[in-house]
Amino acid sequence: MKLREVKEILKADVVVGEDKLDIDVETAFGADLMSDVLAFAKAGCLLLTGLTNTQVIRIANVLDVAAIILVRGKKPPAEAISLAKDLQIPILATKYILFETAGRLYAKGIIGCMEKVESGSERI
Amino acid sequence: MNPAVNESDSILNQYSFEVEGGNFNAAGTVSTRIKSLLKQNGLSDDVVRKSAIVSYEAEINIVSYARKGTINLIVTSHAVVIEVVDEGPGIPNIELAMEQGYSTANQQIREMGFGAGMGLHNIKSYSDKFDISSEVDKGTFLKMIIARNNSKKD
Amino acid sequence: MDIATVAKELNLRLVSGSDRMKNNVTGGYTGDLLSDVMANSHGGDIWITRQVHQNIVAVATLKDHAGIILVNSCEPAKDTLEKAVQENVPILISNLTAFETTGKIYNLLNAANNR
Repeated sequence: MKLREVKEILKADVVVGEDKLDIDVETAFGADLMSDVLAFAKAGCLLLTGLTNTQVIRIANVLDVAAIILVRGKKPPAEAISLAKDLQIPILATKYILFETAGRLYAKGIIGCMEKVESGSERI
Repeated sequence: MNPAVNESDSILNQYSFEVEGGNFNAAGTVSTRIKSLLKQNGLSDDVVRKSAIVSYEAEINIVSYARKGTINLIVTSHAVVIEVVDEGPGIPNIELAMEQGYSTANQQIREMGFGAGMGLHNIKSYSDKFDISSEVDKGTFLKMIIARNNSKKD
Repeated sequence: MDIATVAKELNLRLVSGSDRMKNNVTGGYTGDLLSDVMANSHGGDIWITRQVHQNIVAVATLKDHAGIILVNSCEPAKDTLEKAVQENVPILISNLTAFETTGKIYNLLNAANNR
C-alpha cells in the first residue's frame, strides 16, 4: 500500500515528507524500546512508536525504515523534525494509541516485519 | 596495525571518530556519518545496514556509560572492521553484560527507549566476528568484523 | 471475549494466573513505557508489551488489566513471575512481534463486538 493510504487509515498528519506519500509499504514494527527496533525491525518497514526524540530519527536512518508513525498525538521536537528533513525520513503523526494504530494497519493488510521470533536466536 | 584484519586483505579506507560521553544530543551522529561513508565506498545495502547498527549500538554505549571514546572504521577488500575504544568504568562481568535483558542503565537512559539490555547482544548478532575486552575503571574495547558478501551482490 | 479465547486463537503460552482465564478482555493497550501505560491504558485492557521487569505486575494490578502478553518470545524475569503468581495476574507469552500480536487481537475484538 502507498504511504498515502496509511495516512488515511490513521487519519494522520504529515509532519515530514509530504512529497513521499507515494512510496510503497508492506510491513510494520511497533515498539517503544529502541534496542528492540534495532534488533528486529527490517529495512523498508513502518516504525510505529510513542517516542519522539532525535534518536528515533537516527535509528530510522540506520535501519532504512520507510517512515516513522508517531502514535497517541505525539509531536516531535523541532530538532527531530529538522533531522528527519535532512535525512529524508517521512514522519506521520496519528492521534490513535499504538494498539489502535497497529490494529488498523494489520486489518488493512500490513504485515509484521517477521513471522515468528525464535527465543534467544542469533541472526547468524 | 590491525591484527584482526586478514593479512590477505588490503585496507581501502580508514576513518576515525571521537564520541563524547553523556552527550545524548550528539549520540548517533557518528553512525549516521559511518553509514553515508560506507555507501560512498560502494558497499552493499546489507553490509551498510549491519555496520550502521553495530556502530550505533556501540556509540550509544559510549554516550551512556563512558567519558569518551573512539570509533575506528576500516574498509578492507573483504570486510568492514569497526573498532571501539572507550575510557570509562569498564565491564566487570562480560558474560553477564552479554546476556539479553541485562542492563545497568539509569532512568534517563531508559526513558529514551534504551537500556533494555540488548546492545551488546545486538552488536554480536549483527557481526560476523566479535571481540570484547574490558578493564574495570579503565575502559572497554570492542572489535567487530562484518564480511563483505561480494558474491551476494546482484 | 475472555483470556482463554485470546490464548487459544493466538497460540499463547500461559505462565501465571491460570484460574483467571475467564477475565473479560474489553480492549487492548500496546506499549513498553510504564508511565505511558499507567497514564493511558484502561481497566479490562489486555496489555501487550516486551517489558519483563517485575513492575509490570504492579501496573497491571493497579490498572485492572485483563492480563499481560509478553511479545517476541520474551520470558518474564524470575521476580516478575513470582509476583504475578502471588497477585494472580495472567501472563501469556507470544512468539510474534508486538505489531502482529496487536493486529490479531484487534481483529478478534472487532469480530467479538460485531457478533
